Amino acid sequence: MSRQTVQFSITAAERLNETLNAFLQIDREGALRRAEEIEKSGNAGPLAGIPIAIKDNICVKGMQASCGSKILGDYHPPYNATVIERLTKAGAVVIGKTNCDEFAMGSSNENSAFGPVRNPWDTTRVSGGSSGGSATAVAAGIVPIALGSDTGGSVRQPASLCGVVGLKPTYGRNSRYGLVAFASSLDQVGVFAREVEDVARVLGVIAGRDPQDATTADVPVPDYTASLTGDMRGARIGFPRALFGKGLDDEVKRSVESVVDVYRDLGAEIVDVELPNAGYAIAVYYIIATAEASSNLARFDGVRYGFRAEDAPELRQMYRKTREEGFGPEVKRRIMLGTYVLSAGYYDAYYRKAQQVRTLIKNDFLKAFERCDAIITPTSPTPAFAIGEKTDDPLAMYLNDIYTVTANLAGVPGISVPCGLSSERLPIGFQLLGPYWSEDQLLKFAHAYEQKQPFTERPPISAS
Amino acid sequence: MPISQSDIEKVAQLAHLELGKEELKTFGAQIVEIVAYIEQLNEVDTANIEPAIGGLTPEGERTDTSRPDEAVGSLGQKTALAEAPDPAEGHFRVPKVL
Repeated sequence: MSRQTVQFSITAAERLNETLNAFLQIDREGALRRAEEIEKSGNAGPLAGIPIAIKDNICVKGMQASCGSKILGDYHPPYNATVIERLTKAGAVVIGKTNCDEFAMGSSNENSAFGPVRNPWDTTRVSGGSSGGSATAVAAGIVPIALGSDTGGSVRQPASLCGVVGLKPTYGRNSRYGLVAFASSLDQVGVFAREVEDVARVLGVIAGRDPQDATTADVPVPDYTASLTGDMRGARIGFPRALFGKGLDDEVKRSVESVVDVYRDLGAEIVDVELPNAGYAIAVYYIIATAEASSNLARFDGVRYGFRAEDAPELRQMYRKTREEGFGPEVKRRIMLGTYVLSAGYYDAYYRKAQQVRTLIKNDFLKAFERCDAIITPTSPTPAFAIGEKTDDPLAMYLNDIYTVTANLAGVPGISVPCGLSSERLPIGFQLLGPYWSEDQLLKFAHAYEQKQPFTERPPISAS
Repeated sequence: MPISQSDIEKVAQLAHLELGKEELKTFGAQIVEIVAYIEQLNEVDTANIEPAIGGLTPEGERTDTSRPDEAVGSLGQKTALAEAPDPAEGHFRVPKVL
């Protein structure tokens, strides 16, 4: 059984990759071998024989981890990320590594050194990013489940643009061991699936304290599937009216407002909340994320792994040429910006200031959650935009993350759930943000909506 | 704060990026624009506000991260060198330093 399921996924991945470019590696032989082993061993884990796709910045032993970058090119990590160890133990079969923006930096997947992922709903449009390959693989029905990473919205935003469910857990809920670091105080591994129940099942497997990652918290992991009762009575959904204004596409606005009505009909109480500092989130994010990235990416120097430039007879020259030839434009731009905001004389004006405003954003959430159990927003201000539309304007691209970055800055969990199609038949998603460790509640609310308004549409490019 | 072309060159040097003339020009202009955008933070009153320490939750901060002082296995020399672009005699070889 599991062999057949895995075979189906691999064949679909191979067949659709020319069109979608969702996979950077498809491990046909390895995956089939593992599926067979699971069948023989009688592994009765919660994910036994389930094919799964993994973003190419998460280490899977024996497979590549390019992070969508030339600088890591053919790198094969010698160990598994903790989330992979746990998935494998639960019986999941990794079938391949998915395309992503280089080092997870981007909102459209156009920053991959290996070409953009194409949206299965309209292949002239972006998949969203940075975990675009994982979102697309699930949306096109190639795999039921995929992992991504979310630093400023990189799971939730592509989930929204591709019409699937995407969860970013609380900071410290999942281990980052084996996730290639971009911005360590913001990064978190997230889950994609078509249905909320599958996200709940996978989170239950990968969540929890890991001695290999000192930032994972010692907080009990509940049975997430048990919380999916469909009961919204007594729940309070916060509605931040001010975020439904300028810059938000009309169709997205109407669609997410209709979700609020559904929650009201289900018995939830809708309460007005404010996040007064949310408008500063993008500015704060692009200081903190680039500062941390400039430090984290210093390790790519052509010495221990990956690419090394030729014709550089002196050490410093080798570093500079390797990094110049190995990194793409967005990564260089962010390293430059991060180096600038951290450089002597500017640290207090930028980095310290940003960390202070980050405290204010965090406090906004703590205060809002005194009045509600979750906050509803759009996930992305627009449906999927055209490939090439925003590549010349980095600032316009950064503004795609306006609804998602706050969760990473505050460390709170967030989930994106599909809630309809635009007039151009492009998916629209809404986002729920919750207090620390409230993933069970977010999944419960998301599931209740899904039961009432199931998203049954399928993209034209699809495995079945 | 105005950013000059020589500031951009200095930052590229600090970041170990050998940027070409065109890149310096493009990135320079884009960084000026992005910095102008992030300077909107100056309008926020942050007097007496503690900087956030990395999105950590109260539970995360309370978590005991120490472990028993026992030796555990490591990758070993052969595996650690397996991905190196230029390994030599059990070491990472680099171009001359001086």
